[in-house]
Amino acid sequence: MNITLHVWRQENAAAEGRMVQFEVPGINPDMSFLEMLDVLNERLEQDGKETIAFDHDCREGVCGMCSLVINGVPHGDQPGTTTCQLHMRHFKDGDSIWVEPWRATAFPILRDLMVDRAAFDRIQHAGGYIAVNTGAARDANEQPIAKGLADAAFDAAACIGCGACVAACPNASAMLFVAAKVAQYTYLPQGQPERARRALRMVQQHDAEGFGACSNHRECEAVCPKSISTEVIAILNREYLRSALLTNEGLAEAAERGPG
Amino acid sequence: MNLDAKIPSGPIEKKWDNHRFNVKLVNPANKRKFNVLVVGSGLAGASAAATLGELGYNVTCFCFQDSARRAHSIAAQGGINAAKNYTNDGDSVFRLFYDTVKGGDFRSREANVYRLAQVSANIIDQAVAQGVPFAREYGGLLRNRSFGGAQVSRTFYAQGATGQQLLLGAYSALNRQIGAGQVKMVTRCEMQDLVVINGQARGIVVRDLVTGDIRSYAGDAVVLATGGYVNVFYLSTNAMGCNVTATFQAYKRGAGFANPCFTQIHPTAIPVSGDYQSKLTLMSESLRNDGRVWVPKKGGDKRRPADIPENERDYYLERKYPSFGNLVPRDIASRSAKEVCDEGRGVGESGLAVYLDFRDAIKRLGESNVRERYGNLFDMYQKITGESPLEMPMRIYPAPHYSMGGLWVDYNLMSTIPGLHVIGEANFSDHGANRLGASALMQGLADGYFVLPYTIGNYLASQKLTAVDTDHAAFREAEKGVAARLDSLLAVQGTKPVDAFHRRLGRIMWDKCGLSRSAEGLKQALEEIPKLRDEFWQDVRIPGVAKGVNPSLERAARVADFLEFAEIMCWDALNREESCGCHLREEHQTQEGEALRNDQDYSYVSVWEYKGRGEKPELHKEPLAFENVKLSTRSYK
Repeated sequence: MNITLHVWRQENAAAEGRMVQFEVPGINPDMSFLEMLDVLNERLEQDGKETIAFDHDCREGVCGMCSLVINGVPHGDQPGTTTCQLHMRHFKDGDSIWVEPWRATAFPILRDLMVDRAAFDRIQHAGGYIAVNTGAARDANEQPIAKGLADAAFDAAACIGCGACVAACPNASAMLFVAAKVAQYTYLPQGQPERARRALRMVQQHDAEGFGACSNHRECEAVCPKSISTEVIAILNREYLRSALLTNEGLAEAAERGPG
Repeated sequence: MNLDAKIPSGPIEKKWDNHRFNVKLVNPANKRKFNVLVVGSGLAGASAAATLGELGYNVTCFCFQDSARRAHSIAAQGGINAAKNYTNDGDSVFRLFYDTVKGGDFRSREANVYRLAQVSANIIDQAVAQGVPFAREYGGLLRNRSFGGAQVSRTFYAQGATGQQLLLGAYSALNRQIGAGQVKMVTRCEMQDLVVINGQARGIVVRDLVTGDIRSYAGDAVVLATGGYVNVFYLSTNAMGCNVTATFQAYKRGAGFANPCFTQIHPTAIPVSGDYQSKLTLMSESLRNDGRVWVPKKGGDKRRPADIPENERDYYLERKYPSFGNLVPRDIASRSAKEVCDEGRGVGESGLAVYLDFRDAIKRLGESNVRERYGNLFDMYQKITGESPLEMPMRIYPAPHYSMGGLWVDYNLMSTIPGLHVIGEANFSDHGANRLGASALMQGLADGYFVLPYTIGNYLASQKLTAVDTDHAAFREAEKGVAARLDSLLAVQGTKPVDAFHRRLGRIMWDKCGLSRSAEGLKQALEEIPKLRDEFWQDVRIPGVAKGVNPSLERAARVADFLEFAEIMCWDALNREESCGCHLREEHQTQEGEALRNDQDYSYVSVWEYKGRGEKPELHKEPLAFENVKLSTRSYK
């Protein structure tokens, strides 16, 4: 296969970026999208030209490091797929492919296709945990958990923190990401004592990082490589409301925001 | 080199308890005066950093990825072992200990393994309390499945994403400590050197992968949780970034490297499909619970698998090992796959694959049950190959997966450099010559949650550590060395890209230090590797500069270390004139092609000491004593 790539290149966070065209002949349809970029990069290296920087690591769809907006769609157009699991057999010989980084104020571009997603970590620092010190746990089978709840918690916990939800959202909202974590712990009995505080803190941090609000476009669900449902956002909304009813901190925040 | 393993006295079941009572404690008010540097944020690193933070130490944790959550533990699929005996099938701490020592072909240290089995149950409790969504029965209790090398069901799992869920559990505990200000997380920084002052590990030098800056961090102890080194083979199931640099630099600074030739080749990965391939994708061992491994009886049989009748199929694992069947340990399954392919009975275009077939499981359990157990693995397989395992048997082939070897540590998980502790895959201690499935997660978390937090306190409480900061001359000198090394890589300006060298190194290692090894092949490898290394330093072409993001430079620095490290693996494999676990020396096998161990002469840990670049390292030995497990020929027949 012969492919024409248009790739976003940007020296560093402060520099201006631009699309640059590359011809990539001789591509095998069994290659993954990132292996195709490897081939291009190896050719660039051979010519002494700087390679295209992109984030990647496990290459099996679970570390969440790879990103890329491919022809306008985060992780490309195959459902439930990360960029590293996207294969060239889904493209045609002679195709032109546009490749861009995640675009959101809260994800500054570091170089080319690499963005800084530290905002996601900071949201987790604010409340994405169940507070239990090592050694303080009781026997794992002392508290049965209904299979349905455990499975629902697993489905929410499958989030890989890649940020595709933000890249797809017209508001650059990270609600699907926040909600997946909140929902996981809401389903489980262990997560109950911190429920109200968790939802509040995580949403506050989400807003402070510059992510937008959710307006139910559901683009996030469509691109999520782990097919996480926007039902978790409904849970988050309930949890957020609940925290306003149950905590002074939540009440104060609700008053400040006003109706809507 | 002092290889005192510091194994506590007393009967094996009392050693850890006695030791915990005898170790010195750091009082709570003093813990905040100690700075601990934890390098790596996988299961071992994240659990250690979080637990040390909970205890009150000042912790700085480092990872080269953009977030602690990306560490490669995330990709572990099948499960985690624990001696809970929830299934009432006869499991116990002693049985898990026994299976692990036997599975490792009697080349691990009994006391460490026993402790691992003891704390295994606590790990499951801890993970459940953190909200890890393990698989459950309808009654709400935890579910188990079987893994290779065991006849009990002791493996806990979360679909095919157990590593992800356990890592996210440890990551959440870490996040809580970061939020509380006890742990400082430094991302996108890669360790380049270890700083040793007055014989003690006192800090590290890192390269910031965004700015390119070389920076130092000082501490009272250093913990390496930097994973394994099977990317020396170029193609492996490891993530692209996994590398040997941190442990190799520590080795150059005086830490002994133990059993480097013990590398696990996992039997079930998706086969290689072309030269462009960047990695191999694992298909979890749990699939062997229900999948049956076979090849056609006749060589060169090109019929579709469904058209090959039952009596013309060779279910070779079930035939050769009737009591363990498809669940033999990994080393045996891998070697058997190679054997049938070498006989010309391999399947697929390359002939380098065997079938893993779910037809009978689907008949027995129904498609939806099979899908529930392995759905995400089937999806993964289908994305890569374009075929559904529900319709066509999977094609699989062995791939480098895990390193049992690593930096030598004593019972306290401290290396031969005082203050340098090594945990998880980066150390050597628990798996001997072959790791059983679902034991890596167990060991990483045991080390990080339940062992190191005690033993590091003992070290800190028993030292008189003078205050050291990064202005110390040793840091300046190490920084200069790191910068000079990177500059000299950039200065080569040759003609070939980094991966061209890495691929060639991988080929040498796979052919000569892979699934089977011979004195002749290893001697050839020891001639070829230095030549390749010289060529690399004369002809590699790295574009760009040292400042800022430069992925080519990152990879070049890692490959430069692999090109030196590969030699130690070969020296080690050449020295070990026996076959054991993963290490099959062609000269030492039984008539039936099984590994022939030599306990008389090789019942020891090989520990290598650095003697200069290109020089043969010096071998030291830690003798292994087996007082609780009877040395026997491992049999799974």
